[in-house]
Amino acid sequence: MKPRRTVPGRRAAVWDRGVRTVRLLALPVALVLVWWAVSGSSFYLPSPVRVGQAFAETWFSERLAEDVVPSVGRLLAGYALAGLLGVGLGVLIGSSARLRATMEPVLEFFRAIPPPVLVPLIMLLAGIDTPMKVLVIVSGCVWPILLNTVEGVRALDEVLADTCRMYGVRGASRMRRFVLRGASPQIMTGLRQALSIGIILMVISEMFASSSGLGFTIVLFQRQFQIAEMWSGILLLGLLGLGLSVLFRRVERWVLSWYYGSGVARA
Amino acid sequence: MTRLLYGLAGLGGLLALLEAVPRLGLVDERFLPPASLILSTLGAQLAAPQLWIALGETMGGWALGLAMAFCAAVVAGVVIGIVPGLRALTNSTIEFLRPIPSVALVPLATLLFGPSLGSTLMLVVYAAFWQVLIQVLYGVAAVDAVAYDTARSYGLSAWSRVRHLVWPTALPYVMTGLRLAAAVAFILAVTAELVIGSPGLGAEIQVAQSSGAVPTVYALIVVAGVVGIAVNAAVRLLERRVLAWHPAVRSEVAA
Repeated sequence: MKPRRTVPGRRAAVWDRGVRTVRLLALPVALVLVWWAVSGSSFYLPSPVRVGQAFAETWFSERLAEDVVPSVGRLLAGYALAGLLGVGLGVLIGSSARLRATMEPVLEFFRAIPPPVLVPLIMLLAGIDTPMKVLVIVSGCVWPILLNTVEGVRALDEVLADTCRMYGVRGASRMRRFVLRGASPQIMTGLRQALSIGIILMVISEMFASSSGLGFTIVLFQRQFQIAEMWSGILLLGLLGLGLSVLFRRVERWVLSWYYGSGVARA
Repeated sequence: MTRLLYGLAGLGGLLALLEAVPRLGLVDERFLPPASLILSTLGAQLAAPQLWIALGETMGGWALGLAMAFCAAVVAGVVIGIVPGLRALTNSTIEFLRPIPSVALVPLATLLFGPSLGSTLMLVVYAAFWQVLIQVLYGVAAVDAVAYDTARSYGLSAWSRVRHLVWPTALPYVMTGLRLAAAVAFILAVTAELVIGSPGLGAEIQVAQSSGAVPTVYALIVVAGVVGIAVNAAVRLLERRVLAWHPAVRSEVAA
C-alpha cells in the first residue's frame, strides 16, 4: 500500500514545484519579451540580446578587476568603518541620558542632510582619491547606524540591566552579552538602511571626479553613447544591489535568530 | 524643558567647535570656514531671491515626484494585494527591481531628459515607488481574513471592500511608506540636481563648489539639512493627522 500512496504525493510535489517555477519566472519572461518587442523603436533601448552581449563583453574582462572590485572594496571598507563608528558612538551616547539629550538635535540635523551634498565638501577636504570616496560612504552610512544604535541601547530591558548588575556581569561581557545583543535588532535596522545609502554614495562619489570605478564607467559609456554598454552597467548595479541585499538578509537571519525565535519580533 | 536646554547646549557646542577649529588653524580656513562666516553667508543667501528660486524648484520636483510615485504605488499595491494569485506572480519581479539603486538610472535620465525636471522626476519616482509599494503590500496582507470573508458574504462590491476594509487597514502601513519615501525622494531630488545639473538646490551647491565659494557650499548644505528636517516633521505631522483615529496614535496622545 505504501508505494501507492507516495506516487500521488510525489506527483503533487512535482506539480507544486512546477507551479512555483511558473510563478517565479512568468512575469520576468513576459517583461523581457515586451522589452524585446519594443526595443527596435528607440535608439536608447537596445534589444535584450545586445545588452546581454555587452554585459558579457564589458564586465567579464579586465574591467572586473579594475573597476568593479575596487568600487565594491571601497563600499565595504566605508560600510565597515561606518558600522564600527556608528555602533561605538551609539552605545556611548545611548548609555547616558544627558549625553543623548545633548547630542540628539545635532545628530538629527546631520541625519537630515542628504548625504550626496557632502560629496563636494569632502572633495575639498580629502581630495579626489580613494580616501575621499571611502569618507563619503562613511559620512552617509554612519547616521542611520548611529541613531538606531542609540535607540536600541536606550530601549534595553531595565530588568535585565538590573539582573546583570546583581550577578556582577560587567565590562566586556556585559557589553557583548547584554548591550550589543539587546540592541542588535535596531542595529541591524540601521545597518540595512545604511547599506542602500552606501551603494548610492559609492556610485555618486565615482561619478564626480574619478578615472575608474563602476559609477565612472557607466557615465563614460553614456557620454560616448555606448547605449548597450550603459544598460549593462545599470544591470550590473542592479545585480550588485540585489546580491548585497540577499546577503544582508542572510546575515540578519543569522545574527537575529534568537530574536525571531523568541516571538518578540512578531509583537 | 531640561531636554531642550541640553539640546541647545549640544547645538551651541557644535557651533563653538566649528568656530574654534579653523580659528586655531587645525584645519585650513579655506576648506572649513568658521561657523560665524558660514552663518553670515547663510544670512546673505536667505536675503537673495536665487536661493528661494532654487529651493522652490527642488521642492517642486520632490513633491511632484513623490505624488506620482505615491499614487502609482498605492493603486498597484492594492490591485496586486487583492487580486488572487497576482502577489505570487509579481513577487520575483518586485524583489529584483526594488534593490536596484535609483542612481543607476542617472545615465539613462541624462540621455532622456538632460539637466531638467524630467531627470529629477525619473530618479525620485523610481526611488519612492518601491518604498510605498512594499508597505502597501504589507498593509493589504494585514487585512483580517474573517472580516474580508464577512464583507464578501454581505455582498459588498469590490470597490466598497477596498474603500471600507482594505484601505483603513492598510493606512498605517501606507503612511509609513510615505514617510520613508519622502526622505528618500528628497535625497534623490538633490542628487539629481547635483550630478545631472537639473535646476535646484543641488545644482547651486555644485556651482558654488566649482567656483570655489566654500562658505556658500557650507551655507547651502545647512539649508539642505534644515529642509530635510522640515520634510520629516511635515510627514510625521500628516501621519498623526491622518491616523488620529488609530489606536496606536490615540494611546500615544493619552500617555
